[in-house]
Amino acid sequence: MTDPLADDSPAAAGAEADVDVDADTAAGAEADVDAAVDASEAASVGTTPVEAASVETTPVDEWSIRRIVRTMIPLLAGLSVLQLVSGTVLESFEATLLRYPALLVLLPVQIGTAGNLASIMCSRLTTQLYLGTYEPRLSNPDVRANVVAVFGLAGTVFGLVGVAAWAIGVALGGTLALARVLLIALVSGMLLAVLVVTASVVAVEVSYRVGLNPDDTTIPVVTNVCDIAGVLILFAVVAAVV
Amino acid sequence: MDGHESARDVYRQALPVVLVSLVAGLFAGTILGSETMRSGIESVPGILLLLPAFLATRGGVYGSLGARLSTGLHQGVIEPTFELDRRLTNAIVASFINGMTVSVFIAVITYLTLFVLGGGGNLFELVGIMLVAGFLSAVLMLSVLITVIFVGYRRGLNPDNVIGPVVTTLGDVFGVFFLLVGIYVVGVIT
Repeated sequence: MTDPLADDSPAAAGAEADVDVDADTAAGAEADVDAAVDASEAASVGTTPVEAASVETTPVDEWSIRRIVRTMIPLLAGLSVLQLVSGTVLESFEATLLRYPALLVLLPVQIGTAGNLASIMCSRLTTQLYLGTYEPRLSNPDVRANVVAVFGLAGTVFGLVGVAAWAIGVALGGTLALARVLLIALVSGMLLAVLVVTASVVAVEVSYRVGLNPDDTTIPVVTNVCDIAGVLILFAVVAAVV
Repeated sequence: MDGHESARDVYRQALPVVLVSLVAGLFAGTILGSETMRSGIESVPGILLLLPAFLATRGGVYGSLGARLSTGLHQGVIEPTFELDRRLTNAIVASFINGMTVSVFIAVITYLTLFVLGGGGNLFELVGIMLVAGFLSAVLMLSVLITVIFVGYRRGLNPDNVIGPVVTTLGDVFGVFFLLVGIYVVGVIT
């Protein structure tokens, strides 16, 4: 590598690549880069044209605009269609949301925090999987530490969110009582924490069994599931409380 | 060490990051709950319908750009300088195309959903709002993300640890804000 900086922090990436389950893509991408470097070196020195020619036919250009757009668009389009599910729920609660701005304040935080907790849970479980300390049982101290931490974080954050959303809601002219906003934030938040824990464990387990690299698959899948479920859970609780 | 932290360790390490994104989320929520935004939601059918999709694709488009740049830096195939090298330009142009295409796509599927649900809705209004909001967030997200990644990397920060929070925090706050700008701009034009 040409970069002098590539030594300190990027070491982590190297370590990850070593234990990569999805060896196909990781190794493939690296090989492409190496091949490209080799080819240019060979060309400039002018020694081994045969080798240079043979590698130049294989590489897929990971950095071509067309390739990036083609891989991403179907994924993003599919994601948007899925997100319409939560959009439909929001739309059906439009009148309630407009009457109680505290609920609109609650919305981005509730979804965002669920996503954060999910990505913490997933990347910890994945690391533990690679280190060999992962076993999806509550008797396993590592898994238990993750679960307890997620519930602790959820309790802290959603409690604060409830109070803050209530105060901002009042400032914006809302009339929802503190107890109600707090109840909505905490109940939907703790239900979300249950979902985060379950979804993360299932996602890590499934992608490991199927042979996909959990580092690549679990976070996008689980954060999106939590986004959508976050809205559904929030409004199930809103419908029950308000 | 990573595999054997107690619940308390995990809690203490994660709390600051979670709290920062909480504050950002409250900002986004305050914009969303503001008087102006509420009247926008009331006057333009479909805004609440497209909101989750619009916010989620911010993460998808710019999070993946961040991950790509970070991998490129680690591999040494791109340099942390602001010169227009082919790979860097391609990655930026591709994210811009992705961001704009998906924004228009969201406007169209939102219109179709409104149509199926039997409510009214104006296709051109929705496309206009998404174009304005998509364009403004593209400009902001691209410039901030690249600056943060390059400057951070030169100072020895691993971009992998920074991208996630930066993208979600900025994406939510400015996503909602630019949506509001879009509603305003299209409202003035029409």
